[in-house]
Amino acid sequence: MSEDDEDQSPATDLRSQPPCSPNKSRNCISSSQTFPDHVLENVLENVLQFLDSRCDRNAASLVCKLWWKVEGLTRSEVFIGNCYALSPARLTQRFKRVRSLLLKGKPRFADFNLMPADWGANFAPWVSTMAKAYPWLEKVDLKRMFVTDDDLALLAESFPGFKELILVCCEGFGTSGIAVVANKCRKLKVLDLIESDVTDDEVDWVSCFPEDVTCLESLAFDCVEAPINFKALEGLVGRSPLLRKLRLNRFVSLEEVHRLLLLGAPQLTSLGTGSFSRGDQSQQEPPDYAAAFRACKSVVCLSGFRELMPEYLPAILPVCANLTSLNFSYANISPDMFKPIIHNCHKLQIFWALDSICDEGLQAVAATCKELRELRIFPFDPREDTEGPVSELGLQAISEGCRKLESLLYFCQHMTNAALIAMSHNCPELTVFRLCIMGRLRPDHVTGKAMDEGFGAIVKNCKKLTRLAVSGLLTDQAFRYMGEYGKLIRTLSVAFAGDSDMALRHVLEGCPRLQKLEIRDSPFGDVALRSGMHRYYNMRFVWMSACRLTMGCCKDVARAMPNLVVEVIGSDDDDVNRDYVETLYMYRSLDGPRKDAPQFVTIL
Amino acid sequence: MENVGVCDEFVNLKATELRLGLPGTEDGGEEERQKVSCCKSNKRAFPETEKDIESTGKTETASPPKAQIVGWPPVRSYRKNNIQTKKNESEGQGMYVKVSMDGAPYLRKIDLTVYKQYPELMKSLENMFKFSVGKYCEREGYKDSEFVPTYEDKDGDWMLVGDVPWEMFVSSCKRLRIMKGSEAKGLGCGV
Repeated sequence: MSEDDEDQSPATDLRSQPPCSPNKSRNCISSSQTFPDHVLENVLENVLQFLDSRCDRNAASLVCKLWWKVEGLTRSEVFIGNCYALSPARLTQRFKRVRSLLLKGKPRFADFNLMPADWGANFAPWVSTMAKAYPWLEKVDLKRMFVTDDDLALLAESFPGFKELILVCCEGFGTSGIAVVANKCRKLKVLDLIESDVTDDEVDWVSCFPEDVTCLESLAFDCVEAPINFKALEGLVGRSPLLRKLRLNRFVSLEEVHRLLLLGAPQLTSLGTGSFSRGDQSQQEPPDYAAAFRACKSVVCLSGFRELMPEYLPAILPVCANLTSLNFSYANISPDMFKPIIHNCHKLQIFWALDSICDEGLQAVAATCKELRELRIFPFDPREDTEGPVSELGLQAISEGCRKLESLLYFCQHMTNAALIAMSHNCPELTVFRLCIMGRLRPDHVTGKAMDEGFGAIVKNCKKLTRLAVSGLLTDQAFRYMGEYGKLIRTLSVAFAGDSDMALRHVLEGCPRLQKLEIRDSPFGDVALRSGMHRYYNMRFVWMSACRLTMGCCKDVARAMPNLVVEVIGSDDDDVNRDYVETLYMYRSLDGPRKDAPQFVTIL
Repeated sequence: MENVGVCDEFVNLKATELRLGLPGTEDGGEEERQKVSCCKSNKRAFPETEKDIESTGKTETASPPKAQIVGWPPVRSYRKNNIQTKKNESEGQGMYVKVSMDGAPYLRKIDLTVYKQYPELMKSLENMFKFSVGKYCEREGYKDSEFVPTYEDKDGDWMLVGDVPWEMFVSSCKRLRIMKGSEAKGLGCGV
């Protein structure tokens, strides 16, 4: 489960040379006076190779030119938070021995249809450059990138030692690309396809794995919307002794899961249960599913349940006591079905579900799951005017029962300031707070007031807060609180909120750690945009759509900040002279504007 | 402020809508009008809702049902489309069918409910797969077309698209296949 994973360290992105920001001073120690350079280099190499954290490495590379160079030689894991912040050529010039790449592409709001398709974030130039520069590449982890079957084929051919492929929220490829990877990457340990759009090319990719014993440790294909060859899968599991994580798609029935578990259950630590409904043999007597789950002595993470037949849910009871992670977010489970299950999950730390469990279900979670760190409640019916099954009652219960809560994503129809204030006091460990009141501009449904005080309490009392998403009726006051107290906030998501430019100014002027800012449908205009000019080079990106920006102002910003790429995204029939800016997406870049921008993107 | 100017621009929200058709495929004008009307009052609460807040202190008493705004609530479409039992309901949830074309290496999926009649569907398919189909006539089907649109119905039979009334087609179509004209000779209406 990795929807919108938070970055661990507040690192600066890849830079080709130490940045010129006024706060940092370059300390150039001339080392050639005491030792010859190459001796020092060797020593440094041996020391710096132990540095793992991105943050530490970035800091080390700023010490002086020599450290910068040696750090570049020893960095084996590279993280690029925005694929357009630099070119692939720059990557390969700066870092010579990369074995693992984590690359992120489209901005998150692209997930919600706020951007036309074919915007970019193509993996192709990266894979072709790395194919020549890093033949020893072992791991590629992509998020929101456009990856084609050809890219996957090139990857499979170019990296003989390739071990881990992780594609999160990606698209552009199909089962034929997966087949090539399965077939050619003989050392493959991890093949994780997570929430990606995989075209059904009607290729039997499971049969494409080599016939001898595999190195597979993790295979996740729950997002692949295509039937699979079950017999081949059985064979694969049978010859993958290292397999620990297996996440099946909804085309795998309960009977088939049963058979797989009898094969390899004791080693599995993570299981995605597929459809969790019976296949064609519904007429026959069902096998003993609970026995299969009893055999899962090591399973700590359970997901799937894509087409849940609730009468079989109790089969998972034997594993509940060990579970640290449970994902019910594709299953429409009522409170009555849910409560007997959750009562056993005392060790649960991560829990994702639909709001069909209702406030009652959340109360049950609060009563049992004292170790809960992360909670995500998704809407079964994601529309604005429906009756919400969860509300402030559920949130209040969670805040009282789960004091160790660190991360929250909560969709609801109604909320109160009181519940947010309570949570801010009860859950001091909160680092991620994302509340989506689905009715736009909805105030506190008990007092009728704006949600300012509730969110204000969250930013004030949750001192470790790094990520915030707000909703409901919010005035400039809420943003005043954010600017005053949100000193650690790195990611902020705003929709249909605020009264005036002042709101955005509060945030831009008050939140020094702000890296990612995404705003839609809010009344922020040119004055607000200009007020943040001193910030934009220190941020990863700013997204503003359906706000009140003019082309003139965006052009001014682009002119004043040459290392900032200012994209105005519109529709095909936009008049270039039109003044209103529908979508602004801007980000810093070391290599100037990209060359692959489609027609509907204007780079100022 | 620039209210009128701003609202005019919201007409183009439709263009940013992510659908499976290529840009330029049209769906019903009704949907667009719906979006426009809700976007016009986008900036601040609907006048009705504001009045409600002032008078009763409650929120959604008499406000009209709001039309769907693009990308709101912020739930990824993969999740929206795959929540259990949603797929089984076809009313209002879309009817997705696979579309393949002989000779094309990829499959597409389209939502039949966004089309109101055959011509719209045909235009969309033509755009999607870059072919043209010519006119349908009852007697001879798609005479002289290089490609012929066919579909598999609930009974597993392969039919010519256009043979049955639209509503019947939508409710019985399981998948679409754009066949080479030469192969489709055997399919005729009512035979």
